[in-house]
Amino acid sequence: MSAIAVIFFGAILTDNFVLSKFMGICPFLGVSKKMNSALGMSAAVTFVMVMASMITYPIYTFLLVPNELGYLQTVVFILIIALFVQLVEIIIKRYAKPLYNSLGVYLPLITTNCAVLGVTILNADNAYTFAESVFNALGGGIGFALALVIFAGVRGRIDASDLPKAFKGIPATLVAASIVSISFLGFGGIVEKIFV
Amino acid sequence: MNYFRTFTKGLIKENPVLVMLLGTCPTLAVTTLAMNGLGMGAATTFVLVCSNVVISLLKNFIPKQVRLPSFIVIIAGFVTFVSFMLRSNFPELYEALGVFLSLITVNCIILGRAEMFASKNNVCASFLDGLGMGLGFTLALILIGAIREVLGSGTFFGLSIGDWFQPIGFFSSPAGGFFVFGCVIALVNVLSNYKMSSKKIGCASCPNASACGQAEKGEVAE
Repeated sequence: MSAIAVIFFGAILTDNFVLSKFMGICPFLGVSKKMNSALGMSAAVTFVMVMASMITYPIYTFLLVPNELGYLQTVVFILIIALFVQLVEIIIKRYAKPLYNSLGVYLPLITTNCAVLGVTILNADNAYTFAESVFNALGGGIGFALALVIFAGVRGRIDASDLPKAFKGIPATLVAASIVSISFLGFGGIVEKIFV
Repeated sequence: MNYFRTFTKGLIKENPVLVMLLGTCPTLAVTTLAMNGLGMGAATTFVLVCSNVVISLLKNFIPKQVRLPSFIVIIAGFVTFVSFMLRSNFPELYEALGVFLSLITVNCIILGRAEMFASKNNVCASFLDGLGMGLGFTLALILIGAIREVLGSGTFFGLSIGDWFQPIGFFSSPAGGFFVFGCVIALVNVLSNYKMSSKKIGCASCPNASACGQAEKGEVAE
């Protein structure tokens, strides 16, 4: 139980996918301008990360590993993710129109999001169990949401401030991301100390 | 078509990292050491050149509707090949790059060049385009890696720069990655006469750009 708690809270705080593993920087910088879109994007990413972990785990453990095809993980995982995202898009467009209107626009972006492929590969490389994989993905998704929501708040202030000409726009955004990232460095070691 | 310009545009004028702001994830993640930047750049260049050539050869055979999954599978195949090569020949580099070696598959630079260039041009031009863009990516990674290594560890490509310098751990940390990248972009901004300030982050040449536009429209609708 404590191993799962360490993985779950570690993925949210100490090993935050965006701020310390650098996965999903494009949506972090691109979709964090408005709180609404930040939340929509995070919900879509969390959902796909958890589902992708659930689907890839049995395929990797029961199909690839016994046949000594573990090295095909990159090819197989990315195909599964691409197919799954397409499928979800078709299903919710047909049966859950309101959900499609709020999340649908973010789905095509997720196939090429490193966080989704990254979490499945990390699960396989670290030999996580099914439950550990799911909680790693869930924690990663929540951590992604946390980073996006915090940063959406910071972005509003940057746009309103008077900056040196050279730093206007993207450079200032990156430096602000650095400061947000420092605050997450402060969590180092805390999670392990609490749960072990 | 001017082949020389096809090759050189990726180096400086349309540098994928510093000007187009693509592939930010590996740029930030692996550049704690200049050597890792070089290794990541070389691996990505190899995949980019190979996938550009293959996709350019197959451009008339891949149906339009399934082109993105097809491109991704071709790219993933070359990525698997590169990780084999690195694991057997450069195990240390393989360990250092870790999961980001597999994540070359979803690097927007590679998919972007496949969609924007290789699927529309002949093999020779696609080869040169891939080589130029790959080298531009490598140069940017070495630049950022060298800055972070010198300031963060007090070494340059593994060689000590002397005891007089006290390394600043911040630059090796993830936060330092964002900071150095921000400062380098600010420098590019000054050198390019403030062209970067008006630029939006990222996705201009990303294959998902049209979906991104949709996302922005969705924002307005809300």
